[in-house]
Amino acid sequence: MSIALEINGKTLQVEAEADTPLLWVLRDELKMTGSKFGCGIAQCGACTVHADGQPIRACSTPIEALAGVKITTIEGLGGEHALQAAWVKHDVPQCGYCQSGQIMAAAALLAKKPRPTDADIDEAMTGNVCRCGAYQRIRAAIKDAAATLSA
Amino acid sequence: MNIQSKLSADPVGPTATRRDLVVGAIVTSSALLVGCSPMDLLGLGAKKQDFGSFGPFIKIGTDGVVTVISKHIEFGQGTHAGLAAIVAEELDADWSTVKVEQSSANIKVYANLLMGAQGTGGSTAIANSWMQLRKAGAGARAMFVNAAAAKWGVSGKEISVKNGVLSHASGKSASFADLLADAGKMTPPAEPTLKDPKTFTLIGTQSVRRKDSKVKSDGTAVYTQDIHMPDMLTAMVAHAPLFGAKVKSFDDSEALKVKGVVQVFKISSGVAVVAENTWAAKKGRDALKVTWDDSKAEKRSTPEIIEDYKKISAAREGSKPFDVHGDVAKGFDGELTKFGFDFPYLSHAPMEPMNCVAQVDGQKVKLTYGCQGPTMDQMAVAMALGVLPGAVEIETLFAGGSFGRRASPSAEYVVECALIAKKVGGFRPVKLVWDREDDMTGGRYRPMVRHDLAIKVGADGYPAAWRHTVVTQSVMKGVPMPQGKFDATAVEGALGSPYLKATPVVDAHVAIADSPVPVLWWRSVGATHTALVMEHVIDQLAAKAKIDPADYRRTLYKKAGADRHLAVLELAVAKSGWGSALPSGTARGIAVHESFGSVVAQVAEVSMKDGEPRVGRVVCAVDCGIAISPDQIAAQMEGGVAYGLSAALYGAITLKDGAVEQRNFDGYRVLRHNEAPTVETYIVPSGANPTGVGEPGTPVIGPAVANALLVLTGKPTQSLPLVKA
Repeated sequence: MSIALEINGKTLQVEAEADTPLLWVLRDELKMTGSKFGCGIAQCGACTVHADGQPIRACSTPIEALAGVKITTIEGLGGEHALQAAWVKHDVPQCGYCQSGQIMAAAALLAKKPRPTDADIDEAMTGNVCRCGAYQRIRAAIKDAAATLSA
Repeated sequence: MNIQSKLSADPVGPTATRRDLVVGAIVTSSALLVGCSPMDLLGLGAKKQDFGSFGPFIKIGTDGVVTVISKHIEFGQGTHAGLAAIVAEELDADWSTVKVEQSSANIKVYANLLMGAQGTGGSTAIANSWMQLRKAGAGARAMFVNAAAAKWGVSGKEISVKNGVLSHASGKSASFADLLADAGKMTPPAEPTLKDPKTFTLIGTQSVRRKDSKVKSDGTAVYTQDIHMPDMLTAMVAHAPLFGAKVKSFDDSEALKVKGVVQVFKISSGVAVVAENTWAAKKGRDALKVTWDDSKAEKRSTPEIIEDYKKISAAREGSKPFDVHGDVAKGFDGELTKFGFDFPYLSHAPMEPMNCVAQVDGQKVKLTYGCQGPTMDQMAVAMALGVLPGAVEIETLFAGGSFGRRASPSAEYVVECALIAKKVGGFRPVKLVWDREDDMTGGRYRPMVRHDLAIKVGADGYPAAWRHTVVTQSVMKGVPMPQGKFDATAVEGALGSPYLKATPVVDAHVAIADSPVPVLWWRSVGATHTALVMEHVIDQLAAKAKIDPADYRRTLYKKAGADRHLAVLELAVAKSGWGSALPSGTARGIAVHESFGSVVAQVAEVSMKDGEPRVGRVVCAVDCGIAISPDQIAAQMEGGVAYGLSAALYGAITLKDGAVEQRNFDGYRVLRHNEAPTVETYIVPSGANPTGVGEPGTPVIGPAVANALLVLTGKPTQSLPLVKA
């Protein structure tokens, strides 16, 4: 099918099978490879992007469900987001493979709750696995970014 | 990897037979080939590489920017930054502008000096590079100093270097950029003068931070999965549902109807579906109908394997001694305290499943991927394709974790990709994608292990005689590395334990069991199980003797002369507030373990939440020699604790009639944000050469938690994981 997707503020015409998950359209067709493949069944969060501001798992969302939806990926975050600065400041990444998804989940959290509690962070981030175990630095970086954004 | 069986199993082209035999001979009997070093032989076919004036580890641009070439992969452990800092320290480069590049595959220049082949593992990246890179940095510094001395007409001894700028008391000053051409003409000293570590200005400071955090936070870091090349195809493979099964026949009629599927064919490991993109490859593979010959496959279930291991252990069937001392015949007379432990298979489950990009055209082979063991992979691919190992060109990318998984001696996923690319031919790029299910059901697990102990306790409450039997599969089986009298990796941590050293009579054996389930080193290897056994037994013995477990260890470490163990113990005890009151329902557990030359002590604070152990605070003390990057050492302790805790609490791969029961993160539970502890890391000051930190933090947390649970519940741990599925 041919579908118009609104990604990072641009409308992009995509040719793909209707059941193709957004993740593979982003990665294989649009060459936007920041969103990662980790599990394919919405269990690890490495593919997290925003759909109308809500965090979704791109690996399990077929493109046919996304007509008229505003999609934001890690590429759309701009590289200068307070979260990204905090990630660098705390040297959060180790292997780094899950971090796009972690940052997108955290960005959706901060948009909703500018000063998240530990419980808020647990709730928003628990779907995002980090096998390197950067969890405590992710938590510190989220709090740091929240403080920057609220200042 | 069994080279000989591979030689007969994987068909190769007619031009290749002789070379294969050559390579096979190299691998199986390199020590016997007189007059040629293994490095020469394993590098056969390699292009000659020209390096710049400053050698294979340092490039300096006309802008004066220093780029350090890393022979080791960066897959999380901060290795790139650590290696670069060693060079920058001796070179007195401007750390803020230092860059890191990944080296090519070249065993002659880039071998791991502790392995004799190029590869990253065993927490050796820093340790083996330490003197090599200090000399490289100091040599380049001397070239700049000599160039400036000649130009200014002063003695080199009067010139100082700081942040890439040379200066003299006369007021003369010049940057690396200014002096680049002159310095490049200087001959580097054969034995450059190294700094006294006491004068280091970069190493050991908080300035040594990662160089890759930015690209790993904005989505631009490139992993294998992200590679796109013109005309590239994507392949997935239908793998056997049972270990040891082979393709009997397949029907690809439905698969070929999937839009985007280009080719379907059989390879040695299954049936490959080659397509224009990943989704088409997956749908094509889903549509395949494959019949498997499982006559030689593993068909046991996990409980049967455990029973088999218990029998082998009880009979010490085919066992070999790894530590026997004292009067074994009489030492065990009297009452014995017995302990038994069962450990499951574990999947490494790095976030990026296995993958590779290969291009093959006759003898021309190029691989692009997160390569952990360039030499092993070159050998395996050379054998499979019938080319010379050095001719296998490898471009190494970041890898999304490994934890040992990508250092597979059989290089099965790399070979799989190379075989598919060979069939596709014409140097057309093929990206092999394993999905999570391929990765998790694909074996190469931390092996299952059984430990049985019988300990006679002396009148003083300390062990007088220690009988120990370990049963496991060997990760060294068929690996082209020196095989000792027994597989030391199966018992390391029990082998060399200060507790055994302090015990007058020891009778410790290891028996190797066999199975078609492939096994592999898993972050901290033998210590993944020996640390829990040794440390948890010690706490149970201490409890029996009514001695505080920290005191109990002190006594044994003093007896064994284990000074480094004692030092980390004291540091962890002091920082954790050992012995002070905790909220009701929370208990502390302590464990100390040495692996890969580093000694780590951890104190974990554990409570129960919803019927499961929850770890709050972990105090970690580490002695890893000279600390290059305190921040990254802390990061590795944090990561090691999370990885080890994940396995201790939840990790298990189980078999049902031979089939793996966990296929993805829904079945293979891993530690998540809400379950992660807060780790505080303290480093023992040391002047010794650095050892590793990638692995040693991992095995200590399991026993620390088990020991806390012993206090909290009174129940000893007899098997992992602690949370039963």
